[in-house]
Amino acid sequence: MTMTGERAIIEVERLSKIYGVLPALQGVNFNVSRGEFVALLGANGSGKSTLLRLLSGLSKPSAGTVRIGGWELPREAMAIRAQIGLVAHRPLLYENLTARENLAFFGRMYGMQKTECEARGKTLLRQVGLARRVDTLVRTFSRGMKQRLSIARTLLHEPDVLLLDEPYSGLDRSVAESLDDLLAAAQQEGRTIILSTHQLERLPPTAGRALILSRGQVAYDGAIEASELAVIYQSAGV
Amino acid sequence: MKTSYVETVLAIIGKDLRIELRSRELISVMAVFALLSILVFSFALELDRAAREEVVGGVLWVTLIFASLLGLNRSLAQEYDQGNLDALLLTPTPRSAIFIGKFAGNALFTGLVGLLLLPLMTALYGMNLLDGRLIATALVGVFGFCAVGTLLATMTAQTRAREALLPIAMLPLALPFLLTAVRATKGILTGAAEWQVWFQLLAGITVIYFVLCLLLYGYVVEE
Amino acid sequence: MTNPLVEFYSFMTFFAGLRESETTLTIELESKPMPPLLRALTVATVLGFAATLYLGLFAAGTDIQQGDIQRIFYIHMPSFFGAFTAFGLTVLGGVLALARDSDKWDKIALAGVEVGFAFALINLLTGAIWARPIWNTWWTWDPRLTSAAVMCLTYAAYLMLRAGIEDANRRRAFMSVYGIFAFVTVLITLFIIRIVPETIHPVIVGASPQNAQGSFEATSGVILALVPSMVLWLTLMPITLIWHRYRLEERREGLDRLKLKALSD
Repeated sequence: MTMTGERAIIEVERLSKIYGVLPALQGVNFNVSRGEFVALLGANGSGKSTLLRLLSGLSKPSAGTVRIGGWELPREAMAIRAQIGLVAHRPLLYENLTARENLAFFGRMYGMQKTECEARGKTLLRQVGLARRVDTLVRTFSRGMKQRLSIARTLLHEPDVLLLDEPYSGLDRSVAESLDDLLAAAQQEGRTIILSTHQLERLPPTAGRALILSRGQVAYDGAIEASELAVIYQSAGV
Repeated sequence: MKTSYVETVLAIIGKDLRIELRSRELISVMAVFALLSILVFSFALELDRAAREEVVGGVLWVTLIFASLLGLNRSLAQEYDQGNLDALLLTPTPRSAIFIGKFAGNALFTGLVGLLLLPLMTALYGMNLLDGRLIATALVGVFGFCAVGTLLATMTAQTRAREALLPIAMLPLALPFLLTAVRATKGILTGAAEWQVWFQLLAGITVIYFVLCLLLYGYVVEE
Repeated sequence: MTNPLVEFYSFMTFFAGLRESETTLTIELESKPMPPLLRALTVATVLGFAATLYLGLFAAGTDIQQGDIQRIFYIHMPSFFGAFTAFGLTVLGGVLALARDSDKWDKIALAGVEVGFAFALINLLTGAIWARPIWNTWWTWDPRLTSAAVMCLTYAAYLMLRAGIEDANRRRAFMSVYGIFAFVTVLITLFIIRIVPETIHPVIVGASPQNAQGSFEATSGVILALVPSMVLWLTLMPITLIWHRYRLEERREGLDRLKLKALSD
């Protein structure tokens, strides 16, 4: 899958993560080229979240290396952090701040200019359908609204690499579809996306490649062909 | 385009202040606890004038340390419960700036409780605690143990039994502050010249602990 | 190579008729042979301990004022310094565990805490036994006694905190940091006599504080018995024990891995 010539933006080599004596990932290898949209599949506990945490530089590999844009994580992560965005399980938002304040705070942490941050925040909030709740405390938001704000927070600093951990959970159909549109737009802008989900029936329509994890190992890495994928998914013991 | 170090720290403090102004979760709990504590002490010890001079420093500092424990637990638990610390760690913010930001918020709230206690104890215990030297001692002491407290609360917030573990982890390490601050307070109240030695020791320990915390903070927030 | 314990166990269960003939799961714990150096250290420590006991209990003269109880001091003071070395190794282990992400040094740090904790308890206990006839009390809230007790509690807190953290990487990072900080209480205990003058605890090296009770003179006989004991407790004793404890921790981890394997198979 890797394009030759240009260096892959994400390089993962013999990556392992062991919690205590429990292996969560074992010898995972793959590369992702700039602009690719990868759907990360696998059952609960197959290592998807662990892999995304490693790719975001939040956690340290037990063995092997992760490189993003040529920088090794998490040792050289500071250089590349501004280029990575993560939508995690938890919303990663401050409950007692409003949507606008949350975005303004994180914008500052990413070193964005105030005016630039405000303008971009406004656009994003409109895109995720929260334009009318800008000045409401996040505490009062539903799970789905928090998820949407979380996505806006992640896109705020225009990261090159977007990591999404089960973003569809808690979203109703129409919002999930608007997320698909957002992701398609981000892909158009040349961003690299890795999105994890355990639901085969809810794959992002614009994803071109599937990576299936099973018990911490890569069970399949290739093009998404809906018909075949189901078979592979089954055989991977998911 | 990059936000400067100072601006980053200020943004974190500002965020904590804004949250606190809205919820008043920390300061109200800490203040009520501190108030109850000095009342309980004054009943339990049934102090006469001479005994009061002996113990008032101890009462003040034990109360302050316990109040800060309450605040620290909540302040860091807030960051962890929604996973916000992860969100902070994802940003290109230096870890030491995160530490200073969180620390400054905690020290500010504990310091406010301290400043509230001094006039209150002056009234309740019938001796003048509103002394410039005493206020300075209180502020330095609060600065020091809030530094250790922020580091330890960051650790215990990531464990399951965090409410129980923070006091166990922190009290032994807060002892050097308690020891020197109580002695300095006593010296000031009884007019002994040796308070300066204790104050200098307290300041020295505070500097050492603060630098250690600053250096080690990165290790306790990263997996 | 089969573990003799496992053999013994299967032998006994076979005799008792408990052994199921078909489904015997042989689990073998990988066991590294004891390194020759550790063997030598162990022998040296045991012999050294016997020798210093002899020096302290028989060779040294009886103190004129305190009598035989003074002999406890040949264990009391060295045991504190043994704790000092052990806790010092915890600091070293912590620094290296953080710098190198090393589990090995983390295990050494843990071993240092447990060994140091045991030594510190010996120190407190012998002190209390000595204080009973000399100070006429088992315990008093003297600054040095208080700080020694707090030191013990700090390391007890270390062990509790350690037990409360499940994720191994986190545990390594947190406990390294805590082990470094905890050493401050060791230093305070060491220097508190210099800082807080109103202690009644005697100082053997240098001048005792004015109110010290139960001082005795460091005669050549005392020094002759004390110095070997000090050297033993400062070096051989903690190092040998920590090494053994480290190996035990390695085996415990091996056992965990085995259990996991047995469960997943």
